[in-house]
Amino acid sequence: MSAKIDRVLYEIGHMDSLAEADTPLHRLDPRANLLTTAVFIVCVVSFGRYEIARLLPFFLYPAVLIGLGDLPLGFLLRKLLIVSPFVIFIGIFNPWLDRTVLLQLGALDISGGWLSFISLLLRFSLTVGAALVLIASTGFTTICMGLEKLGAPRIFAVQLLLLYRYLFILLDQATRMIRAHALRSFTRRGRITLRVFLQMLGNLLLRTIDRAQRIHMAMLSRGFTGEIRIVRQFRFGPKEFFFMFGFSGLFILLRLTDAVSLLGHLALGGIR
Amino acid sequence: MHMADALLSPAVGTTMWAVTAATTAYCSTKVRKSLDDRKIPLMAVLAAFVFAAQMINFTIPATGSSGHIGGGLLLAILLGPHAAFLAIASVLSVQALFFADGGLLALGCNIFNLGVFPCFIAYPLIYKKIIGSDPTSGRLLTASLIAAVIGLQLGALGVVTETTLSGISALPFSSFVLLMQPIHLAIGIVEGVVTAGVISFIWQTRPEILTRAAADQPLGMVPIKPILIGLIMATVLTGGVLSWYASEHPDGLEWSMFKVSGHEELQAPSAGVHSSLEGVQAKTAFLPDYGFKETPGNDSGRLGTSVAGLVGGMLVMLLGAGIGLVLKKRNAPILSNP
Repeated sequence: MSAKIDRVLYEIGHMDSLAEADTPLHRLDPRANLLTTAVFIVCVVSFGRYEIARLLPFFLYPAVLIGLGDLPLGFLLRKLLIVSPFVIFIGIFNPWLDRTVLLQLGALDISGGWLSFISLLLRFSLTVGAALVLIASTGFTTICMGLEKLGAPRIFAVQLLLLYRYLFILLDQATRMIRAHALRSFTRRGRITLRVFLQMLGNLLLRTIDRAQRIHMAMLSRGFTGEIRIVRQFRFGPKEFFFMFGFSGLFILLRLTDAVSLLGHLALGGIR
Repeated sequence: MHMADALLSPAVGTTMWAVTAATTAYCSTKVRKSLDDRKIPLMAVLAAFVFAAQMINFTIPATGSSGHIGGGLLLAILLGPHAAFLAIASVLSVQALFFADGGLLALGCNIFNLGVFPCFIAYPLIYKKIIGSDPTSGRLLTASLIAAVIGLQLGALGVVTETTLSGISALPFSSFVLLMQPIHLAIGIVEGVVTAGVISFIWQTRPEILTRAAADQPLGMVPIKPILIGLIMATVLTGGVLSWYASEHPDGLEWSMFKVSGHEELQAPSAGVHSSLEGVQAKTAFLPDYGFKETPGNDSGRLGTSVAGLVGGMLVMLLGAGIGLVLKKRNAPILSNP
């Protein structure tokens, strides 16, 4: 169990350190990244449920970004795998329920259910991949500030920023509690009973509330009046403009036209 | 039970985003106007607490499995509905971004399912009503149990409804409901017991925290109207867009079911609102149109060309991988030597 909390701490920290790199991608204004990712996701999920071929070119975007931002592909793939069970669990019913044959590859009949299952997995990899690439190339703090600039309520942006700041402290505190319990639990090998669990949680909660009071006092003594100020310097320059409209235009073009079949026909024609 | 982007259609996803964004804006103004700036750090740190608390698992007696707290109801009790909603939304945003739990488009659905139901239905309409003005431990347990179970049942129903409306999964509504609701009954019972336990721990050690939390939100301030409007808006938007989509989907029982329920409940009271909202939806959601005009499910003409399509798609994907690799190689020396 303490392995789980350690993994969480490590992963958040690792994602954050990725976001601190200095590559052309990291230097972009976060608004460009955010909006482009939004257009990408909406384009990907707007395809029909049996679509496979036309989803494939969309892998271009995460591939280019992983290249531009020098992100670790293996790490991102592992994260992708960890969250895949729910989608697979829901999607695996498709091949059972939908058995009409929609595609014939030679002697092989492929049912609609399998097509939609594969399509589902592609969508999953694309959307989750894009989200992971976004955070790994932008960083949480920057994303929050970008969100605020895009019109999200300031109090919500501050909530996100403060949550992120104290997340590490509280995770650390919880880790210490679990470890302390494990060291004293002897034969139970760290398994926590409900009674102990409630006391641990209650104690953690009390400490948390006290901490919030101290933070509030510290804020007051530094002149907090209820008004929240965020310092940020972003510039939406020609680079951002080019990035955002270039990619968004490409996504919409790929969504509207069937460029893929055209290319496929050309390739097959060339072979013949 | 986090929704995933891959299971969503753009119409459902963007509608839920709009509803969630509106609720977030509404709660933000409420919290800002409450003139209680103590809440700003408290909200954030309690959200971090929930995040950390979810990492502590306990052994469920006699089952061998383990459970942990979800935290929605607990936050609502400690913070009141508006601040709790913002706190839950922030926890889910962090989970979506760092752990890809759900996804960015599904974030709207997830915040709605796990935020709106506990904060604006389970807490004010069930928990508060049962617990009354002088709480006893028995009443606390009953209130938490029922509120948590109902909140999670509604949340699970939300997941099922959103998935079915999106039409990506082939699971029929009824079997999906039978799959999800019992699992979430168990989760709800665990959540209720844990919430009641933590609250009674606080009650015994530091009762003033709870009285203060209760005093911040006097009874009668429970905002039912905005929530109802939000719910109706969500249903009208999805119902309106999807009933039109459903007519292109002749085979699904679930589609017609939603068409019927969408009309029965909603067309009558808000016919005028419906059309104007649909106009707004058409203006704001620019892409759903593309998704609906061609539903590849029932035109076999396009599938005839799909072998060529697959070849072309793979070519482009290989091209993409190539570009990515080249870019990565080019960037590498700059990075290793900063």
